[in-house]
Amino acid sequence: MIMPRRLLIEQGGAGHRGPALPACDVPKRPLAELLPGVALRAELVFPQVSEPEVVRHFTELSTLNHHVDRGFYPLGSCTMKHNPKIDEELAGLAGFAKAHPLAGDDATQGCLRAMVEVQRLLADITGFAAVTTQPAAGAHGEMTGLLLIRAYHRSRGEGEQRRRVIVPDSAHGTNPASASLAGYETVVIPSGADATVDLEALAKALDDRTAAVMLTVPNTVGLFEPRVLEVARLAHAAGAQCYMDGANLNALVGRVRPGDLGFDVMHINVHKTFSTPHGGGGPGAGPVAVAKHLEPFLPVPVAVVQQDGRVRLDWDRPRSIGRVHSFNGNFSVLLRALAYMLTLGPEGLAEVSRVAILNANYLMRRLAKSYDLPNPQHCMHEFVLSGRGLRRYGVKTLDVAKRLLDFGVHAPTVYFPLIVEEALMIEPTETETFDRLEHFASAMERIAAEAAEDAELLHQAPHTTPVGRLDEARASREPRLRWSVP
Amino acid sequence: MSFVGLTRDEEQRMLKEIGVARFEELLAAVPQEVLLEHPPRIPGPLSEIELRRLLGNWSRENHAAELVSFQGGGIYDHWIPAAVDALASRSEFVTAYTPYQPEVAQGTLTAIFEFQSMMAELTGCDVANASMYDGATATVEAALLARRQTGRKRVVVAGMVHPHTVAVLRTYLDAAEVTVVEDSSGLAAVADLRAAAGPDTACMIYQQPNFFGLLEDSVALHALAHDMGALAVAVCDPIALALIEPPGRTGADLVVGEAQCLGNPMSFGGPLLGYFAAKQALLRGLPGRLVAETVDRQGRRGFVLTLQTREQHIRREKATSNICTNQGLMALRATIHMGLLGRLGLREVAELCVQKSHHAARFAAAIPGYALEFEAPFFREFVLRCPVEARRVVEAGTEFGVSPGINLGRFRPEWRDLLLVAVTELRNADEIDRWARTLQKAGGAR
Repeated sequence: MIMPRRLLIEQGGAGHRGPALPACDVPKRPLAELLPGVALRAELVFPQVSEPEVVRHFTELSTLNHHVDRGFYPLGSCTMKHNPKIDEELAGLAGFAKAHPLAGDDATQGCLRAMVEVQRLLADITGFAAVTTQPAAGAHGEMTGLLLIRAYHRSRGEGEQRRRVIVPDSAHGTNPASASLAGYETVVIPSGADATVDLEALAKALDDRTAAVMLTVPNTVGLFEPRVLEVARLAHAAGAQCYMDGANLNALVGRVRPGDLGFDVMHINVHKTFSTPHGGGGPGAGPVAVAKHLEPFLPVPVAVVQQDGRVRLDWDRPRSIGRVHSFNGNFSVLLRALAYMLTLGPEGLAEVSRVAILNANYLMRRLAKSYDLPNPQHCMHEFVLSGRGLRRYGVKTLDVAKRLLDFGVHAPTVYFPLIVEEALMIEPTETETFDRLEHFASAMERIAAEAAEDAELLHQAPHTTPVGRLDEARASREPRLRWSVP
Repeated sequence: MSFVGLTRDEEQRMLKEIGVARFEELLAAVPQEVLLEHPPRIPGPLSEIELRRLLGNWSRENHAAELVSFQGGGIYDHWIPAAVDALASRSEFVTAYTPYQPEVAQGTLTAIFEFQSMMAELTGCDVANASMYDGATATVEAALLARRQTGRKRVVVAGMVHPHTVAVLRTYLDAAEVTVVEDSSGLAAVADLRAAAGPDTACMIYQQPNFFGLLEDSVALHALAHDMGALAVAVCDPIALALIEPPGRTGADLVVGEAQCLGNPMSFGGPLLGYFAAKQALLRGLPGRLVAETVDRQGRRGFVLTLQTREQHIRREKATSNICTNQGLMALRATIHMGLLGRLGLREVAELCVQKSHHAARFAAAIPGYALEFEAPFFREFVLRCPVEARRVVEAGTEFGVSPGINLGRFRPEWRDLLLVAVTELRNADEIDRWARTLQKAGGAR
């Protein structure tokens, strides 16, 4: 019999405790004397569990997760590629891990050097003039990029007038959310019949109230925007700035530089393209790369290499938008990205996008035989299928996703982008082998066959996971968001 | 090296299935003029052996590993039990992503639920979310929530909130909408605040303990905020909350802050761990992810992401925040850390911080030329006025193997003689002696 899973608070109890602290080796005084007038808390209702049991608890929890090191994880737009182990080791070096952000430039030259190097490499790879590494994630980068654009328009006396941001209907949800946060109104333009930007719709939406056009390249359907140069030309002609959502940079890396596409600013998700682990939802890092004219507005402080080769943090940036993070962004995440870039080198970089594109196109053609492929063009690093063809059997995309879990692979991103009904967004990445792709394709084909033969099998899926389908309606009706104490 | 495993034969089979002769045909949509002939000339490729040497050298250019830290100012050198690293570095946690498919993510989801539970208990609030980027952006999100909730614009910063937090607030909001009210006592001055704030105030934000380590009168500040119809926002150190009455129990509407101190390395200031806790009434306005308990079809207990209609991927421009990727792994580390220390250990850490920091402060005050700058009770951290510029004291530390504190002159020129000193449970009597000798040496060198 398997013991039922219990939360930490339901284990142990009074008298149990974890690893010990040393005895106080300085003269002790009563707290009431040291903290006169301070109200101390009467109780802390917290776990009381021995170290071995805490270790077992979290080890057991870990076994309930699907993860890249265990199996295929084709989550579209998330670039779940292999995370090299050496990067973890290097990020944990004591000289980095124990560095304090307020220790002063002289005491932290190693960190500053690494920071400057990450910025330089990212600028080279993306074709921009400068990079800030302060933003902690992609959406944080979007916000930062939009504040840079806002500062630019303000510097030209057009801040009040330009209050709109144009996004295509295929955009990630973070784009409009970031626009709102930066004080902008979002204008959504419909995609054309081929799922890429409809230039006519764009031209109609653009005017002297437009602050920026935000575009994901390749877009969320996995297609390169064939008229991207024209998009940038139109936007600039209207006085707007062009923002690139870099979530899909894995398709371009080493092959196309976004700076050459006419963009003024972009963010980079290093946890996607540059292979830093996703950590169950973070940390990521969202460096922002900018063209020359936006450089004066970058967040402070800016790391600058002096003539003697030493690196200084420069605070004297009168036109800066200010700080966006408590300290230096997700520094150790950036270290991992640096290690990864250096491991690849120039040719390795180009190999990433080449194989990512190859893998995606191969899977797409294989799966187009058993699922609808709404956009038949060659894709870039990912593609979107539609599960609408299974409707006649009463099967939804959600059922396909859940059944996939039984085959030891993670489900693709589902129901996004919103412009494809019953969407299945699949991104294999370059680190998957032919064998893995074959296994996934077979599983998908078998599920399509099962839909016709035994729809109920899919409705009840998954069958082999630690828990079955969970009642989300119940979870949100009267949400239980914290444990109750036994 | 790009971690690719594809043979020439396999590639040919794939191209054939795709129906193209060459890879380049797949790039038909890309304008010819933007296709690079050669990849960007970055350095590399480096083998593991070369990489370890290069980054190893850089890591040693930092003084961090060999100096004993008395630095704080928002980032602290606390004990991280060995089991935290061992468990949190399991690739089952590290290489998973956001738990979009709960059936294969119960590990991550359960841990987040436990994190939410512990943060709610620590802060004295009803609910806490799955994490924010850091303390500063958590504070911004609190201010934004308060603005939506009250329909008012102005944010009043009461007393010594970390200068970086104030800076980030000013970046996100319009600087004119942020009013800072400081006082020479080092504490928030209630009378001045009453005069400065008003019916346009959305929230009053204070830090506990504040940037100088001083403990604010939270009850008075909550009452003041509520008097003017504003929300009370407490930016708290979670270790202090194991010792002091939590602000959520005395009227704070939102309790947010930085939780790096719970099991996360300093790492040059990132990745950090923002947390966000609130009263039940504000639940639907919360930013970020939330995990709830539920059951599967067989009635087995399980956990799922919930109330997602607040979030950007559903609500888009009307979302409560744009946050997507958060600080999941840092939250996991904090959860394991709190689980290991437990009810007694966390309180013990907090008390050791008080005993040791007060011991060091008494020690320093007895050294000629040094004095405590403020009189109010402090937790773990205090401000010393030095007989020389504080940067001289910092420089003198190398000889004694210590980083004696933070030179506050880096924040404001008028603070150049002030040293911010943090003494955690990690520091022992010998290290505190070496720290004191640093002060003596630096002070005598006047």
